[in-house]
Amino acid sequence: MTDRAKSSDPRQPASGDRGGVTDNPWNRLRAFTDARIGLGRAGVSLPTHELLAFQLAHAQAQDAVHLPLDTDALAQGISAATVLPFADPLVLHSRAGDRQVYLQRPDLGRRLDDPSRALLSQQNESAAEPFDLAVVVVDGLSSRAIQDNTVAFLSALIPQLQEDGEQPWRLAPLTLVRQGRVAVGDEVGELLNASAVLVLVGERPGLSSPDSLGLYLTWAPKAGLTDAFRNCISNVRPAGLTPTDAARRMLYLLRESRRQKLSGVRLKDRTEDNVIEHQQETTNFLLN
Amino acid sequence: MKNKYDYTLGVRTYQFENLADLMAKATPARSGDRLAGVIAQSAEERVVAQMALAELPLKTFLNEALVPYETDEVTRLIMDEHDAGAFSTISHLTVGDFRNWLLSDSTTPQVLRAVRAGITPEMAAAVSKLMRNQDLILAAKKCHVSTAFRNTIGLPGHLSTRLQPNHPTDDVTGIAASILDGLLYGNGDAVIGINPATDNVAQAVKLMKLMDEVIQKYQIPTQSCVLTHVTNTLEAIEQGAPVDLVFQSIGGTEATNSSFGFNLKVLAEAEAAAQSLNRGTVGNNVMYFETGQGSALSANAHHGLDQQTCEVRAYAVARKFRPLLVNTVVGFIGPEYLFDGKEIIRAGLEDHFCGKLLGLPMGCDVCYTNHAEADQNDMDNLLTLLGVAGCTFVMGIPGSDDIMLNYQTTSFHDALYARRVLGSRAAPEFERWLAQMEIFRDVDNHLLHDTLPPSFAHTLSHLPEDKHHD
Repeated sequence: MTDRAKSSDPRQPASGDRGGVTDNPWNRLRAFTDARIGLGRAGVSLPTHELLAFQLAHAQAQDAVHLPLDTDALAQGISAATVLPFADPLVLHSRAGDRQVYLQRPDLGRRLDDPSRALLSQQNESAAEPFDLAVVVVDGLSSRAIQDNTVAFLSALIPQLQEDGEQPWRLAPLTLVRQGRVAVGDEVGELLNASAVLVLVGERPGLSSPDSLGLYLTWAPKAGLTDAFRNCISNVRPAGLTPTDAARRMLYLLRESRRQKLSGVRLKDRTEDNVIEHQQETTNFLLN
Repeated sequence: MKNKYDYTLGVRTYQFENLADLMAKATPARSGDRLAGVIAQSAEERVVAQMALAELPLKTFLNEALVPYETDEVTRLIMDEHDAGAFSTISHLTVGDFRNWLLSDSTTPQVLRAVRAGITPEMAAAVSKLMRNQDLILAAKKCHVSTAFRNTIGLPGHLSTRLQPNHPTDDVTGIAASILDGLLYGNGDAVIGINPATDNVAQAVKLMKLMDEVIQKYQIPTQSCVLTHVTNTLEAIEQGAPVDLVFQSIGGTEATNSSFGFNLKVLAEAEAAAQSLNRGTVGNNVMYFETGQGSALSANAHHGLDQQTCEVRAYAVARKFRPLLVNTVVGFIGPEYLFDGKEIIRAGLEDHFCGKLLGLPMGCDVCYTNHAEADQNDMDNLLTLLGVAGCTFVMGIPGSDDIMLNYQTTSFHDALYARRVLGSRAAPEFERWLAQMEIFRDVDNHLLHDTLPPSFAHTLSHLPEDKHHD
């Protein structure tokens, strides 16, 4: 049963009229879907309780878009995670100066500003040999997704990379990008001279999922690549694809990408084959 | 040297490089045109562009292609199929005159119908740029467009809905639950249409069968559609799947449509294949198209045009294939194309007017994403305005929340609100079914039954008790 159904049940009898509200006798179907079915009605309009539940969900989704990423708190959280080898993440910024510009100019969010480029170039000069992987954390459209899920996901993934058989991954310094889009990671990876880049980005918040993290992998990253060169794992959040499961799938993709020296449409994620198929039934209650 | 499109206001001469530049600068402000770098640089320049555009003869659009004829099949379609006879009524008008003509008392629905084939998308786009929102509403209301498959869509005084029972994993029980919810709220006369989460032929066929069986079992006078790529639907037809409507997203340039993976020839094949199934009972309009401002720019295929002009060119593609339904998905694309409620509302009214003027059964996905500056109040405004304008159909979804596509559109409740305040009705065949099934106790006054209709009560008594979703 959904949280929504649980929280509304005590106040809602199964059927009948309560103060002008007509309940829907089919509202027990809410156990079968997260869709907002069986809401009941006041006349033909939404009952107050459902109206406010929607407004709250929308407010949370909007806040997730506009809440700035707290890079200090995130850096502290990352440093405090003992399994993570990232002491002081580098904080970078895209060419989109603020959120208003960011929302209207996706092109600016895909590129680093000049100070950020200079900072990365310095890093690269001090590096003795190329890195295997650069991990780039980007606020995207939901800072909450980043704030809530980054440490859990990296803690599940990074130790496995460091102990990856005979070829432990040599990791570039961790970077955090403000006002960034997915593609900014390719420029970071290129400047850090990394063979691959893994971007963690806050996804466009859904009404019921303001905290959803997206993962994008590019082999041989360079500025200007299109989506066709990336692999994506979406909907990473406690109530969606858990950080642990996402790390398992990303580890598979990283290994395959390194083995085949490619990413994107030519690299297939076979960990999810048949997932959709096997959970499907062929008939439904409407045909009973 | 004076350019053809220069315009002098007082002592200052404004320069417009070409027709595309003039059209773009005359467009009411929106973020997508700013992103494309084609927007007017000041509020004054925008109005001056509108004044220059108002003086332009409509004939100009027949002589000057905005996208080259030689390299763009949409331009060729527009030019080659232009009906000079129908155009003769308005051929002497400028764009500014055209606005007056559209609004005049003597321009009746019959007159508009007769002129339709003589109007090109660029003429419609141009005049819409001079029109206020009330003009777009008033003129659209005079354009009557009716289509049919298992029911009759678009009759004056009617507002239909697409029942959109999407589910993030295509779970059939979850989809069935949303279909039932929608039907019991009187939604679904335009189409029951699913955006599949898994986009392949096998999945599409499974969903087609599901909807076909439901429609047959309850004898619902409506049609179904799986919104998958046109080539997937063609393959499904070859496999013998029960296809009512063929879906495709379309754009206003050949390059946009190439990026969507189809051309006009493929659409012609698909229309012929679906018509050969003869599944319609009261008509045989078998296509369902979706459009939306910004798609051409998003595909980097806009040829320097403004996004609204590109959008209207897509309607030439739609009209070629006699669609049952055309849906402008106005707020889905995001704030880099339409920034806020004001821009979304304007775009929705423009799209609806231009589509209707060109003879399309125009509906609108009145919607927004969570990163746009828009909310339910903006959607209430647009829904009401479109209802007044005679919009053919809107979406209906449980509680406005599409849990698969992660955006908000109009709900089952919203559709009943609109019907009630506007006195508009569902498609006649569907409305009769709603009464027969005892879903409504009084269709004239939009009154639902408080109890479960008998046939559905029987269905729900057989619910599996142990089923749960994750």
